[in-house]
Amino acid sequence: MEFGPILRALLRNKLGVMLIALQIAFTMTVTVNAVYIIDQRSERMARPSGLDEANIFHLSSVGYGNNFNESVASTEDLALIKAIPGVVDVTVMNAIPVSGSGSSTGVGIEPDRPETSVQTAMYTSDENVLNALGLNLVSGRAFSTNDVRRGGRDMERSHSVAILTTALAERIYPGEGMQAVGRTIHSPGGRTMEIIGLVERLQTPWPESSFIEQSMLIPEVVDDGSTLYIVRTVPGERDRIMTEVEELLAAQGHERILRNNRAFEETRENSYRLDSVMATILYVVIGTLMFITAMGIVGLAVFSINRRRKQIGTRRALGATRPDILRYFLLENLLISGSGVVLGAVLTLAFNMFLVQTFDMPRIDWFYAPVGMLLLIILGQLASLAPAAKASGIAPALATRSV
Amino acid sequence: MFFYYVRLALLSYRRNPVLSSLMVLAVAVGIGAYMVIFTMNYYMGGDPIPRKSEQLHHIQFDYGNPDIPNFNPPPQLTWIDATAMLEQTTAYPRTATSKFVAIIEPPGSEVRPFFVNGRGNSADFFSMFDVPFQYGGGWDRSADLNRDLVVVLSYELNERLFGGRDSVGETLVMHGLNFTVTGVMNRWQPAPKFYDVNNGSFDPIEEAYIPWELIISQELNRSGSTNCWQAPEGTGLQAFLNAECAWIQFWVELPDANARDDYSVLVDNYVAEQRALGRMRQPVEQRLYNVNEWMTYQEVHPDETRILAALAAMLLAVCLLNTVGLLLSKFLGKSGEIGVRQALGAHRGSLFVQHLIEAGVIGAMGGVLGIGVAALGLEGIKVLIGGLMITEWMRLDFTVMAITIVLAIVSTIIAGLYPIWRACTINPSVHLKSQ
Repeated sequence: MEFGPILRALLRNKLGVMLIALQIAFTMTVTVNAVYIIDQRSERMARPSGLDEANIFHLSSVGYGNNFNESVASTEDLALIKAIPGVVDVTVMNAIPVSGSGSSTGVGIEPDRPETSVQTAMYTSDENVLNALGLNLVSGRAFSTNDVRRGGRDMERSHSVAILTTALAERIYPGEGMQAVGRTIHSPGGRTMEIIGLVERLQTPWPESSFIEQSMLIPEVVDDGSTLYIVRTVPGERDRIMTEVEELLAAQGHERILRNNRAFEETRENSYRLDSVMATILYVVIGTLMFITAMGIVGLAVFSINRRRKQIGTRRALGATRPDILRYFLLENLLISGSGVVLGAVLTLAFNMFLVQTFDMPRIDWFYAPVGMLLLIILGQLASLAPAAKASGIAPALATRSV
Repeated sequence: MFFYYVRLALLSYRRNPVLSSLMVLAVAVGIGAYMVIFTMNYYMGGDPIPRKSEQLHHIQFDYGNPDIPNFNPPPQLTWIDATAMLEQTTAYPRTATSKFVAIIEPPGSEVRPFFVNGRGNSADFFSMFDVPFQYGGGWDRSADLNRDLVVVLSYELNERLFGGRDSVGETLVMHGLNFTVTGVMNRWQPAPKFYDVNNGSFDPIEEAYIPWELIISQELNRSGSTNCWQAPEGTGLQAFLNAECAWIQFWVELPDANARDDYSVLVDNYVAEQRALGRMRQPVEQRLYNVNEWMTYQEVHPDETRILAALAAMLLAVCLLNTVGLLLSKFLGKSGEIGVRQALGAHRGSLFVQHLIEAGVIGAMGGVLGIGVAALGLEGIKVLIGGLMITEWMRLDFTVMAITIVLAIVSTIIAGLYPIWRACTINPSVHLKSQ
């Protein structure tokens, strides 16, 4: 094989080789870690909320003036919305899942033991909530009309029923979460709640929270000046019905304003915006780096070939075939890239350790580094292909000229 | 001589346009990307009110329940403590402040009622935070005490309601109450929004400002983050106010170290009193934070930009390595020319200067193009972020542009030192022979 001569030739131009190898090492470090960050963000963004996301929108009604009666208006609104063809169901709620704002509390199996309590999002809603959100009830029953309590902010609320996510039930009763129906839980301030049902999944309003799957539904409608409607439509009708609902409610002549009429998908997208912005920036960084590195490889390859035109001509004159020359330069690049990616693997892991320590990110999976190494070797081969092909085209006659 | 060398550099650029353009491009991309991240870090981690950041202080009380593991003390104040701190001393400018939402009913029927984000704050708020006014000004401390219905409008709200004219003295119906306008702000957009980092550190400012006590006395709709570590005893507003629920920001302006010591004693005494009453059981490390300490403590600076800063530094490193490599090829490719110049009597020093200038010219071109790349990058990020946060501050100012060009030139020259040295130490006879 030609490794010997290639290696000796490379050693004559140590710095050039080192530069390219270093460049490849840094490119690999950035690329692999960036891809790893993107993967993590995408994983976060892909978590399902538990809702029938594509067919849900929300709308808020905020009253003003002395003639506005919230409970009258909301009863009327709910009936109007429900009657629109294409509406599957509608409910009122205190907060929107994954929207960034809502209410949370602690719940536990014993009263007044905050140290044993588990944190959960608290949603209040009416009897239609499961159908309007498209939640999947896996145990127990849904709320009935009789469960729902209505009133002002001062309403008595020391005891109620509750529907929990299975994740929350599992946290409260480890190992026997699915048998939680019928049990009683406590929250601070002496509130007790009887668990009547479990839903498969319902995320909290806070995508970044550590307890994102732990949510609780309470059948309660509080008149506090502002009502949030959540509407589920049949597939494909959401956008049309969004406009229709807003026009219909506006035409009722109540002293209130309607705001935040938005598809759930959009609200969700906004909550994860920083993640998607980060991913886009990282893609641009990766693309730029790959381009710059490839150009660097091309530049140096062209240069080193130009310096060796005569040698190449001589080799050709002595009987080397075109594929021989091509192979020589591809092998040369392989040696350079190879040492680059080995260094790159070390740097990648070092940088990942820095990320893990500084930003509390989980450690990189084992396969990232080998895949990155392979990728950069392929990049190097592709980048040196054109210069090497050009080199193999050098005529043997060159050797005889101007000696 | 300098201009002659610059001309030579340009000539040399034209002789090898692809390689040279590649170098300029690499420098531009590296510097541009670095500047985008630098600008974001500069503002996100920067001092939002440099003139007073040492004087303005936020209080952190010993909040929380020691029985709950890993409970970070909430950074805001409870109603009991905020009102108590307002009364403790009036010697220093201070403000309790929190957000509310309300509906404004504009006079006449052309404009429909609309929703505003408002802020309740004490009279001193405006002077403490250097709020610029277009018309009028804030209100007196007496208005705080008398619960006067006065309001300060943001520039944008005054545009919307009064078409931008001087509206001082006009009446505004908000939350069904008649407020009198005392002042209109000029455009103001602190970034980070340091006085309230609990509700979006890069959110736009509020539109209407009223005496803070009105939020409770007139029962406006509070908004913003609320954190309770003990449930209210009973229901209703009063129970909530008396509960261990933190939802108020509290700032005090302490002009010097003496004032800080003085106020610190006051806070410590207050905590001791409250502890005797069975409250404030979770000790904290520090109770008074100035603006920059508070920004750090509240982790305003997002992880994202810090990760990107590290990545951008590596991107810059790759681009410079690339430049070193390409310069090396270019200068060694010129060995024939260098040999001729040396043979004609140019000594090493002047060859060195010539190539230094050649590298500098490439750096300068890269820097200018880099400004373009940076501007483009910032615009791109603005578009991506959209309405998520205010982005007015994301721009290249003159300093950043100057830094860009200088950084580009200096880094290209540093990157070029080795290739230049190699080029200048060529033995001329070898290259003359092969001509």
